[in-house]
Amino acid sequence: MLQADNITIKYGPRLAVSDVSLSIRAGEIIAILGPNGAGKSTLLRALNGGLKSSSGQVLLEGQPLHRYPRRIISRHIAVVAQEGDVRFPVTVLEFVLGGRYASASAGAWGWETDHDINVAHEVLRETELNELSGRLMNELSGGERQRAVLARALATEATVLLLDEPTANLDLAHQAAILALVRRRSDLHKVAAIVVTHDINLAAEFSNHVLLMKNGHGVAFGKPAEVLTPELLREVFDVRILVDAHPITGAPRITPVHEVRRSLQPGAEMPGRR
Amino acid sequence: MTANTEATLERGQTVGGLDEGRVTLRQTLAACSMLLVALLAAILVTSLFGSERLPTRASICAIASLGQSSCGLTPDQYAILLEIRLPRIFLAAAVGASLAAAGASYQALLRNPLAEPYLLGVSNGAAVGTMIALVFFGTWEWSRPLMAFTGALAATFVVYRLAHGRAGASPERLILAGVIVTTFLSSAIVFVTTLMDATRIRSFTFWLLGDLSGTTTSLLALAIIVAIVGTAVLAANARSLNLLMLGERDAFDLGVEVGRVRLIVFFVASLLVGSSVASSGSVGYVGLVVPHLVRLSLGSDNRITVPAAAFAGALFVVVADTVARTIIAPRELPVGAITALIGAPLFVYLLKRG
Repeated sequence: MLQADNITIKYGPRLAVSDVSLSIRAGEIIAILGPNGAGKSTLLRALNGGLKSSSGQVLLEGQPLHRYPRRIISRHIAVVAQEGDVRFPVTVLEFVLGGRYASASAGAWGWETDHDINVAHEVLRETELNELSGRLMNELSGGERQRAVLARALATEATVLLLDEPTANLDLAHQAAILALVRRRSDLHKVAAIVVTHDINLAAEFSNHVLLMKNGHGVAFGKPAEVLTPELLREVFDVRILVDAHPITGAPRITPVHEVRRSLQPGAEMPGRR
Repeated sequence: MTANTEATLERGQTVGGLDEGRVTLRQTLAACSMLLVALLAAILVTSLFGSERLPTRASICAIASLGQSSCGLTPDQYAILLEIRLPRIFLAAAVGASLAAAGASYQALLRNPLAEPYLLGVSNGAAVGTMIALVFFGTWEWSRPLMAFTGALAATFVVYRLAHGRAGASPERLILAGVIVTTFLSSAIVFVTTLMDATRIRSFTFWLLGDLSGTTTSLLALAIIVAIVGTAVLAANARSLNLLMLGERDAFDLGVEVGRVRLIVFFVASLLVGSSVASSGSVGYVGLVVPHLVRLSLGSDNRITVPAAAFAGALFVVVADTVARTIIAPRELPVGAITALIGAPLFVYLLKRG
């Protein structure tokens, strides 16, 4: 569906992303992991056409991205970014209906159709925001706002989701719930998702493939069990890391060694399982 | 007079309020038609008042006959009504609509509820353009709106560039950029003023503060046409503005062609400000007060905010100008003094509230 071939992106003389390739098929989730400044978010923005690559190209359904009009790209690719501050009194429903912009047929003007409204209410239910649809965005908690950003992206009905740290503001239960929602979308509706995250354990649990990045380079790409090895993780993150299997899911479980405390109760590190 | 404006908007709330968390076309049409009715009523009523009180029934009869019959008005009264008062009221309506619609659009595009043509220096840019036209192309009437538009557009781009630092535009940075552009242009205005002969200086000082008394038929016609067409174009881009209001990156991701919409809005808003300033100087704070009151009662969806702000802005300036020309009659105040008297405290309030 979406494919990046040898993408290189420069900020002035600095190489932000250097010769990275990846491709994603319908129903897959790819997690991009790496330390701060590795170029993860930059790569994500390039996949949506938000940043021009200095070499290499992004293909959407086999066609170079720049051949499509902006509106068509947005019908296929939706982005979940960190939410910015909303300075005007916008309701949650109005915010989520923003996701229907690209599918509007009557140009940029025009009013939402009944279908648009139904889609919006459906994603509000999915993200457990239906009770809050009439509330103002700046009255919500950080976690609720982050869910509204996800709801808006889902409202686009795009086939590719690009998520930039979608769980950063969320508590444990909602972190897992967000990724479970994305997982369900990809299983049921064959949505492809690329997730930039710092949560290696969630990535291991929910993704089909992992891309490890460091200093703009792609260090490794493959199934979580192949990529999330102590050697590779140590190379990328510069900390000693313990990898064992998650007692319930069997996914690789990552523990930075310097943070291990003997007093930690068994079971206390199972996010979202209570 | 604000009480008048507010009362109208509050009534609008019952039809245009956010009962389902969003605004519909039906609510927009209802709110706009109510504001239109209020505007027409205000035009009728305010045409009776001034340094000369005109007889109510005869005046309304004369207006209703579209100037075909004098309905018993004396020739002097008839001339006051049709040649002085009504043109001035229509100009007030056009200027109010233009500035309010431009203000609402600047606010959405720049993501800043404090953005306003006067405070951003756009009005001053248009004023410098108008004055250059007066000094250098004095005889050619169309040079004034043309140069005013050029000045407004130039000021808009300069403020936008100054406000966007590496970290994006913060609200404070935008206001600071506006202050810098305004003071710079003010000194340019002083410079051009010294090139004028002394007898004209007083009338220019008056005009700079916003003065609706001295316009020509062709400038009035231009102001009305620009107000209607400009507001329509801005309203047609309102759905894109809704997303731009949340940030340019969000808007881009959701499918808005950000560069194109920004260019259209800058261009049209500058046209609106330019035509207002060319005919009536810098009437300040209309673009701040009116969109704020409209958002307060009708919500932030620009598909309702932009057209409703245009109607409410027309109403606001029509009433403000009536106060300006009656409060110390037979002397007159510049209308800009009245709008600033209301607008400046509101600005302070909005700034403090953050």
